[in-house]
Amino acid sequence: MTTLVLAEHDNANFNAATLHAITAAKAMGSDIHILVAGAGCKPVADQAAKVAGVSKVLLADDAVFEHRLAENVAPLIAKLAANYSHVLAVATTTGKNVMPRAAALLDMQQISEIVAVESADTFLRPTYAGNAMTLVQSGDKVKMITVRATGFEPAAAEGGSAAVETVAGVSDSGLSKFVGRDVHKSERPELTSARIVVSGGRGMQSGDNFKLLEAVADKLGAAVGASRAAVDAGFVPNDYQVGQTGKIVAPELYIAVGISGAIQHLAGMKDSKVIVAINKDEDAPIFQVADYGLVADLFQAMPEFAAALQKQAAA
Amino acid sequence: MKVLVAVKRVIDANVKVRVKADGTGVETQNVKMAMNPFCEIAIEEAVRLKEAGTATEIVAVACGTTQSQETIRTALAMGADRGILVEHDGVLEPLAVAKLLKAVVDREQPRLVIAGKQAIDDDSNQTGQMLAGLLGWAQGTFASKIAFDGEWLHVTREVNEGLEKIDIKLPAVITTDLRLNEPRYASLPNIMKAKKKPIETLKPADLGVDVTPRLKVLKVNEPPKRQAGVKVGSIAELIDKLKNEAKVI
Repeated sequence: MTTLVLAEHDNANFNAATLHAITAAKAMGSDIHILVAGAGCKPVADQAAKVAGVSKVLLADDAVFEHRLAENVAPLIAKLAANYSHVLAVATTTGKNVMPRAAALLDMQQISEIVAVESADTFLRPTYAGNAMTLVQSGDKVKMITVRATGFEPAAAEGGSAAVETVAGVSDSGLSKFVGRDVHKSERPELTSARIVVSGGRGMQSGDNFKLLEAVADKLGAAVGASRAAVDAGFVPNDYQVGQTGKIVAPELYIAVGISGAIQHLAGMKDSKVIVAINKDEDAPIFQVADYGLVADLFQAMPEFAAALQKQAAA
Repeated sequence: MKVLVAVKRVIDANVKVRVKADGTGVETQNVKMAMNPFCEIAIEEAVRLKEAGTATEIVAVACGTTQSQETIRTALAMGADRGILVEHDGVLEPLAVAKLLKAVVDREQPRLVIAGKQAIDDDSNQTGQMLAGLLGWAQGTFASKIAFDGEWLHVTREVNEGLEKIDIKLPAVITTDLRLNEPRYASLPNIMKAKKKPIETLKPADLGVDVTPRLKVLKVNEPPKRQAGVKVGSIAELIDKLKNEAKVI
């Protein structure tokens, strides 16, 4: 029994989100191989080979994989899957895009966003925005799985010394072409791996007002997130969205500012260790899940918050 | 161009879902149902393509129980031309739905299929990708913008890092993300008109598709409940609690 884990990367760096999927793979009790499909991505394979518990890295270094287009990567996974009992990917937009296509090519029913492994064929996954935890058993020959990162601790990035083996590519499907990417560069930590997240909602009233959150976030070394309402209103870009169909986060501390707490938002953050809510509406549902609630006007509270943190840092 | 849109009937997004006491699933008796929000976006996009003269006919397809007819009627009221219900009473997993949709695509020969990226009941986010795989078509998932350019479609996708732009060859499958459009409400005259639009009913067997589930649901539980904590009176008190009680800053 061997599990293949699809590495998330940008051809240069092995994305640490994959480490969560490797922990899930360990729970299957099988050997673990990592697939690095990209172009000029040897450095990624070398990093993957150092991950503790990995016995082999498959390197598919080919121009057709440069941008991980599903039409090219899915056939590669489908081709390799015959040798594996499980194929796992972390549930990023890349994993979510590629894995179901590969599963369909193999005639396997994928299991999405597992948060726990009960046994090699039985998995727990949230459904209905996390309001129903569903335990499913798969009889498929190859278990095709995406892993919700917040359900598993990251595996140690160092300590392993796996062999890197080159695997052949596939011919270009000719169906899709990569054009470009608008990446919002930020000095702040990445939302899904940040220790602290400060998120704003409709109550922020404008994108400009997110400066009030950023001031606090920067003093706490936090990432900045948002509710769907704030993204839909155009206050912040789509990659800020925390929720059922956006990003799922579970930081040590989640500070929700001007967020009412719709079920769909709670689905993306309710596994955070400590939740703080700042909202002027004392009946806002967010207070029902908050460890610490402050009923206040955020336009007064946030500058005060930033000033107090500033003062402490200076002291 | 003919456009096929997949729609799903789900528990309304505003309903607080309750897990059945016997752990076999969630309560659906006397619960308000609605079209999956991402499917509304899919229909809206198709209707806009028709209004722009790009789409010539919109076929709304649902797979599920007889009641899914209501969902198809909603699609028709929004502007779809006709409906197809693939009727089945049991569980339909994403792979089975993708196979049913493929069979319908083989019959209908659309140039474009639009589906929601995710159904808010099962939260699987699989069907569109699976359908594209089975058809051997290109896929433009999590789309926030699409534009036609001859035999190609420019697609802007919502990805973890921001936005990604790809070109995909037609025929293709698109799955919708939230920012693609804002769906319209069906007007009363259009709801009346929709009652006269045709809905064809098929069975999985008519399409030669085996929909036997691959997964066994062993148990459905409520998640651990979070307890509401305390209210603090000031920022100073909040910082003190976070520092000395929760020890997270």
